[in-house]
Amino acid sequence: MALLEVRDLSVVFQRRGERPFTAVDGVSFDVEPGQTVGLVGESGCGKSVTSLAIMGLLAKRGVKISGSAKFDGTELLSLSDRQMRDRRGRDLGMVFQDPLSSLNPVVSIGLQVTEVLERHRDMSRKQASVEAAELLEKVGIPDPKRRLSEYPHQLSGGMRQRALIAIALACRPRLLIADEPTTALDVTIQAQILALLADLVRDTETALIMITHDLGVVAGLCDEVNVLYAGRVVERAGRHDLFRVPRHPYTHGLLASIPRLDAPRGERLSPIKGSVSDNIPWTTGCAFAPRCPNALDTCVQVTPAMEPDPVVAGPRLLRCHNPVEPATAAEQEIMS
Amino acid sequence: MSTRTDKIDALSEQAARGDDAGVSLAAAAWRRLRRNPVFLVGSTIVLLFVVLAILSPFLAPHDPAVPMLGDQVVRARNQIPPVQEGHPLGGDQVGRDLLSRVLIGSQQTLLVGVLATLIGLAGGLVLGTLAGAMGGWVDTVVMRAVDVMLSIPGLLLAVSIGALFARPNQYTVILAVAVVQIPVFARLLRGSMLAQRHSDHVLAARALGVRQRSIVFRHMLPNSLGPVIVQATLVLAIAIIEAAALSFLGLGNPDDRLPEWGQMLGQAQNVIDSHPQLAFWPAGCIIVVALGFTLMGESLREALDPKSRR
Ligand SMILES: Nc1ncnc2c1ncn2[C@@H]1O[C@H](COP(=O)(O)OP(=O)(O)O)[C@@H](O)[C@H]1O
Ligand code: SF4
Ligand SMILES: [Mg+2]
Repeated sequence: MALLEVRDLSVVFQRRGERPFTAVDGVSFDVEPGQTVGLVGESGCGKSVTSLAIMGLLAKRGVKISGSAKFDGTELLSLSDRQMRDRRGRDLGMVFQDPLSSLNPVVSIGLQVTEVLERHRDMSRKQASVEAAELLEKVGIPDPKRRLSEYPHQLSGGMRQRALIAIALACRPRLLIADEPTTALDVTIQAQILALLADLVRDTETALIMITHDLGVVAGLCDEVNVLYAGRVVERAGRHDLFRVPRHPYTHGLLASIPRLDAPRGERLSPIKGSVSDNIPWTTGCAFAPRCPNALDTCVQVTPAMEPDPVVAGPRLLRCHNPVEPATAAEQEIMS
Repeated sequence: MSTRTDKIDALSEQAARGDDAGVSLAAAAWRRLRRNPVFLVGSTIVLLFVVLAILSPFLAPHDPAVPMLGDQVVRARNQIPPVQEGHPLGGDQVGRDLLSRVLIGSQQTLLVGVLATLIGLAGGLVLGTLAGAMGGWVDTVVMRAVDVMLSIPGLLLAVSIGALFARPNQYTVILAVAVVQIPVFARLLRGSMLAQRHSDHVLAARALGVRQRSIVFRHMLPNSLGPVIVQATLVLAIAIIEAAALSFLGLGNPDDRLPEWGQMLGQAQNVIDSHPQLAFWPAGCIIVVALGFTLMGESLREALDPKSRR
């Protein structure tokens, strides 16, 4: 049994006087113990909302969540607030995008670490601060004892994100959700943080959901990748399969827009034209159709279903009427 | 009402906007303050006032309660002891040394200001925390009540509350002035707490399963106090002025053995035509001190406002 089983998860925002807005629409995926799974897509495609729904962190009012998210066999979506609070931080951890605003500016780093240890691991203040120093050491923060008494603004962006990772992993959760953990950081720091995350989840056998808009991040980290578009998963495949033979035109476009070191000089990147528009109804066709180079007439009439890839072998699922031919995909890779 | 509530809300928004930087923001604000002449003037006045209140028993030449010049007072002819040797400001209506009363008056005035502000602050903290932390119907009920109170002009409300007590004394005055400030603090705090509730670091704390109690008292309340502290500085001035107004309207403390500036001003109104000095000294002191607190509060407000940063 998978550690996390998300089935048909949908999130609809319903504000009074406004049209209901479906931010997440029938998302399903599994995370095995110790596995790293990527959720990839442009900004606004529902990645954060998906993770917040799993964590039980969405507002109660004006939000309708349906479907199922089972953690180790327990249905998370039907837990009470109190039960969910007991699990958050202990079974499920989360790291957010902006390390500065995710830390409380007026509470010392030390207290923000020990707070969680006291809460979930029944440690005394003293035990907790010893453990806190070890945790900071483990995530590569030099001079951890001194850092404990410092405040967030005294740390650099990279150090802050390391501290947040230490806090999230303090109670040894079995699943960590990292929501764009490197987006707010300098490029040089990004790689360090990703390497740290990869090491930590491997050493502690923590399962990781890596949320990002950057396929480059996924490339080095994820076992399996889910590509999201406008609130739906449009393609799922193992990392190697996905990068070698992207089948969905959206995935293909995302890959084509990554700068590559081995590309001939002067070659232009080809970003996907247009943007995610939130009023495209998935109910009557493919939401990607207005931007899709492969679009057919059926694409705007019939919503494609998530189905096993009929052409390329392997455990790939695909939501498309007219996928990119494997040959052209492979050719393009060779050419570029 | 709207301008008053708008002003309160504008102040509480600052807490939300300045949130990210936190401690460093406070440090930056302090750096700006130290060089701001308005703040320096205001805080110097406040400092002098506090020092005066502490040292006044030693500075006052006479006992403020003893009518030592009583034989010079002739009620029928409206005679009050004039300036004379040993009494540089003369005497008051019953022949007590005016200089001593003005000096010692600083103590009671400071007490009225501080106590009224603290009581208003305490009430506002309780209501504001309730509303801001619990939301839902608690928030609705509390804020309805607060808005009703805010819609009544402050002084009118203070007078109404003061008039409830059959025998006014120092503490009924303080209470009347304090109650008026409760809704101001409550609305202010609730506004900043709401902003905190939707902040990233509260979301992050919730993602760690931190208990509700510590979310409110460790992660929301301390971060919301900035504007409340600024407002408290301004309220110190308001409280001293409103206490004086209550005395002027006959709702003050009738026991005048320990002088208070507002009370002295109130009692001087009968003789203000013939002996304006009896009103001049306490009124002057009130104006200067209120100005001090206001300058300090306004410059604090400005220093914490990211919009006014240059
Ligand atoms: N609380 C909310 N109320 C209404 N709409 C929301 C809310 N949170 C997110 N959305 C909308 O849901 C969509 C998905 O958002 P999100 O999951 O944050 O995207 P991303 O993939 O960039 O993380 C966006 O269009 C966003 O505007
Ligand atoms: S279903 Fe049609 S429009 Fe949608 S991605 Fe596939 S080919 Fe393009
Ligand atoms: Mg996001």
